[in-house]
Amino acid sequence: MATTVSSPGTGKQAAGAGRTLGKQALPMVFLFLFSVYFLAPLVWLVFSSTKNESDFSTAFGFWFSGHPQFLANVSTVLNVNDHIYLHWLFNTVLYSVISAVGATLFAAMAGYALSKFFFRGRELLFLIILGSLMVPITALALPLFLIMTDINLGFTHISLINTYAAVILPSLVSPFGVYLMRIYTAGSVSDDLLQAARIDGASEAGIFFRIVLRMTMPGLITVLLFSFVGTWNNYFLPYVVLSDQNYYPLSVGLAYWNGLTNQAGVSDVTYVQVITGALISVIPLVIAFLTLQRYWNNSLTLNTTAG
Amino acid sequence: MSSSSPPIARLGAGQPAMRRPRGLRLRQGSTPYLFLAPFVILFLLFFIGPILYAFKLSLFTLHRHPSLNGATNTTTFGGLNNYQRAFGDADFLSGLKNMIAFGIVQVPVMLFLALTFALVLDSPFVRLKAFFRLSYFIPFAIPGVVATLLWGYFYTPSLSPVTGLFTKLSFGNSPNFFQPVSHLLASVGNIVTWEWAGYNMVILIAALQSVSAEIYEAAGLDGCGPIRTALFIKIPLLQPALVLTAVFSIIGTLQLFNEFSVFNQGGLAAVEPSVTPNYYAYTQAFTYGDFNYAATISFALALVTFVFSFAFLKLTSRGGE
Repeated sequence: MATTVSSPGTGKQAAGAGRTLGKQALPMVFLFLFSVYFLAPLVWLVFSSTKNESDFSTAFGFWFSGHPQFLANVSTVLNVNDHIYLHWLFNTVLYSVISAVGATLFAAMAGYALSKFFFRGRELLFLIILGSLMVPITALALPLFLIMTDINLGFTHISLINTYAAVILPSLVSPFGVYLMRIYTAGSVSDDLLQAARIDGASEAGIFFRIVLRMTMPGLITVLLFSFVGTWNNYFLPYVVLSDQNYYPLSVGLAYWNGLTNQAGVSDVTYVQVITGALISVIPLVIAFLTLQRYWNNSLTLNTTAG
Repeated sequence: MSSSSPPIARLGAGQPAMRRPRGLRLRQGSTPYLFLAPFVILFLLFFIGPILYAFKLSLFTLHRHPSLNGATNTTTFGGLNNYQRAFGDADFLSGLKNMIAFGIVQVPVMLFLALTFALVLDSPFVRLKAFFRLSYFIPFAIPGVVATLLWGYFYTPSLSPVTGLFTKLSFGNSPNFFQPVSHLLASVGNIVTWEWAGYNMVILIAALQSVSAEIYEAAGLDGCGPIRTALFIKIPLLQPALVLTAVFSIIGTLQLFNEFSVFNQGGLAAVEPSVTPNYYAYTQAFTYGDFNYAATISFALALVTFVFSFAFLKLTSRGGE
């Protein structure tokens, strides 16, 4: 897989072809082959969702089969088992929206405090937040499960297992968001402006909500997207803290369905049902990515130039 | 106390107003604490707290007392005994060994691809840049579980649209993608590469775009062609971004769990608990009910992650100077 970048740039490779054409052809072939690699599973996902179960495993994978039944498949996914899929979709949206909005707001507030105020322990706190970026999130899930099983409130014990809070509360914590928002606020909100607002008699809350949030908008959208996608795709945490299907997000629900496909006689979940459910679950994120591309690019620059 | 510490000076670069005005300091009072409160409270409850709790658990040893009415369990303080056990536990060590082998192969392959994509797409040779960039990046938008299911079906001969090609092209039978463990690791490595190569590419492209155009103009004037520019100017400039993507990839590798769990749960492959440290910790907790040892494994894994990340940063920063 020698790439054109590392090949000598003498243009000798294509005898008849002109220099430029030869130089263009190799990189283009290289790029095209990899776009097949990255897109093929998704193309297959789309075609498979239009098939019936027997065509799914026998017909050619990258085209329609003789019996297209996309709408029937969608209807099965949405209706089966008392609309459980719609519950999962609703849960996923709920988890993602609340976590993303909350995590972003709290990260913006903390980032503002850490970049524009001076107080005891500020650097220590920031160091701890930076260090926490390296803690495997999965290492957190087990102790979280144990703590949530039995929370001692002094007068009574409660359990958060199988509640919305079990997924949302830990997802509100975004150390990465705080890190980004501190850098972003330091770079885009001027101290003089804050001073001027204070002299004009603006309240501290007013300054934050009317000035700081507005000036850090691209950073906010970045953190919002990261948290949203992170929660939408999260598997390990909900898998550990939820056992009641009614609280599952799509990720855990689809893995659960997939587990049922191999149990003939016990369940009638088909592969096509899993595939169609998977297709529906990726559509919102793919749309979000396509429409918000600009912010992704921004966010990733921010991320590396800051490091 | 700390306003003059170096990190802040660096973060505030390009913004000279990062000083401490007197009036501001007198006025601020409890304001920063109020802004910090929601994050810090949740951070303590759902991040620091669980970690300290896991550490405490890891210092206690579980004893099972089987009896006729079922087992009763007690725990006693064991100090670092569990850690001694973990670092002598063949299953934990095998998981670590797998992840190190995985990291040595998959991370460089993925970053080499990401770097190549970024450089080719940043070169003047190619068209349809937006299409290619997007088609490489889109797998990142696919939830890990869905990616694992898709590839898991590709790996299963009775479902796969592609394994038939091996026979058709006379390469003999399709290889088994799930057995032995080395095949399983390679198969998961392919899923991780599929999902993350484009993401890393976008980071590198973004880093390239933040380089001033004057540098390239100067290189052009010096007779530096596009390929030499890529090799001798762009790659060195990309070094900080490459180090960052490598560190995040190392952290991600040591945490692997989902792919193996989904394969196993879906009956696609029989996965041994020793395949990754996280999977081992999960099994210890939820199959054997030994949360003390599971916490030890999680904590030991976090320590190993710290060691590897810092060692990598040290190595690369020394090489860069």
